[in-house]
Amino acid sequence: MDDLYRDYILDHYKQPRNFGELDPHDLEAMEHNPLCGDELGVHIRVKDDRIEDLRFHGHGCAISQASASIASEELIGMELEQVGKLGADWMIELLGIPVSATRRKCALLNLKVVRSAVTGDHAWPA
Amino acid sequence: MPPVAESALDVKGDFPIFARRFDGRPLVYLDSGSTSQKPKVVIDALAGHLRNHNANVHRGVYALAQEADAAYDSARSRVAAFTGAQPETTIFTKNVTEAINLVAYAWGRANVGPGDAVLITQMEHHANIVPWQVLCRERGAELRYLEVDERGELSLEQLDVELARGDVRLVAVTHVSNVLGTIVPVAEIAARARAAGAVSLVDGAQAVPHMAVDVEAIGADFYAWTGHKALGPMGIGVLHGRREILERMEPFLTGGDMISSVDFQSATWNELPYKFEAGTPPVAEAVGLGAAVEYLGRLGMDRVRAHERALTGYMLERLEDVPGLRVAGAPEAEARGGLASFTIEGMHPHDIAELADRGGVCIRAGHHCAQPLMSCLGVSATARASIGVYNEPGDVDALVDTLLAGREVFGL
Repeated sequence: MDDLYRDYILDHYKQPRNFGELDPHDLEAMEHNPLCGDELGVHIRVKDDRIEDLRFHGHGCAISQASASIASEELIGMELEQVGKLGADWMIELLGIPVSATRRKCALLNLKVVRSAVTGDHAWPA
Repeated sequence: MPPVAESALDVKGDFPIFARRFDGRPLVYLDSGSTSQKPKVVIDALAGHLRNHNANVHRGVYALAQEADAAYDSARSRVAAFTGAQPETTIFTKNVTEAINLVAYAWGRANVGPGDAVLITQMEHHANIVPWQVLCRERGAELRYLEVDERGELSLEQLDVELARGDVRLVAVTHVSNVLGTIVPVAEIAARARAAGAVSLVDGAQAVPHMAVDVEAIGADFYAWTGHKALGPMGIGVLHGRREILERMEPFLTGGDMISSVDFQSATWNELPYKFEAGTPPVAEAVGLGAAVEYLGRLGMDRVRAHERALTGYMLERLEDVPGLRVAGAPEAEARGGLASFTIEGMHPHDIAELADRGGVCIRAGHHCAQPLMSCLGVSATARASIGVYNEPGDVDALVDTLLAGREVFGL
């Protein structure tokens, strides 16, 4: 079994959860990975200061798509305040695979776009 | 069967890095389009200069400084001779990016104004796009693009139509596309540009290391290339310019070395090429590049091209063995430099490159600093295998093996 391309990673890549459009939505953002030019966007519906529902859209590598898919299941229902506090470690741990320095941005792109939509902060998650 | 042409070169042993092992595997380097590996003669020349001849250039009277001067001048002469240029019109820069910025600032700011146009192509590297975007925005000029067809080729008819509009001041084109591999008819384009009163610039980064290039014969007003893709060190690039134009141009960077004299309020400029080389230059890197072009010259650039063309043909043929793989650009090796950009259905290029690395095979994945071209191709990224003089058919076989293994990991 490959360290990086584990079954669940490839499963999320091939059948990403919570992908598509969400209309109407309250928040949205689009960010790109400068390494490859891949773009990832998000639509978020908010209720009672929580993410009521969320959809990612865009194309990317297995790591970026699987990360977004896996993160989406945690993000739905999360308080906006908590979303703003999520850091890189949260995503890397959630992903559960050893991510090399060059692929780190692939894994973090979804969190970057969600934070951008929620807080307006365009920085890469630290 | 791998091609064993009469022209086949067997020079891997000249490059010390191929003695390395990665998890016990030999290095299979198919990323020469990004940077080339270095032969021992270049590494020795670089180290030898620093060990034995290091002093600053153009100012010392002692013997050691004169050795450094001689080494720097001799490097320039060798580099100029390699591409059929004159030393006085051969300017050392940091890289192609700096060479093009030199032209964009020192020539462009004085010669491109409101209502003028700069004409480039859809397959340029960002280095030959962004400096013109900035120039055009600053000067109120228009940046226009020649289109690239699905074979990766330009239309000379479209070039004529654009030139006939009468507003084109500069035509800037790549010699060999770093994504599609297209060999562009730059001599023809330079001639048509000149006939229309436009200045021409050629980005030769992917050409000079791989084929015989004679800048006099091409006849462009500016021709830029870089050392590190041509077996030389990083940090040394080359700009060849037409003498009359260089003489009329103001300097790009100003400061030490590029002056003739300085008083409290003004300065006069040094002669060519020093007018365009402000500050202490990368002397050891220039010496290294001199050794690189001497090495390539010994191999013979026609043999280098024949070797790489045969290998590219073999690569294009072997890539057909990978299901779902699609190569961008012209299908035959004759029309392209030694590279193939490709996608595989169901696999992102990053994942292709990551899985190739599992087999010790180095390929590039991404937008190759050519995002406008990527959007024309309808992709955000491709994988790219690019060949150097040291590559062999076995490297291509290793690539194909890793691609097939990668598809299995992805359950394809």
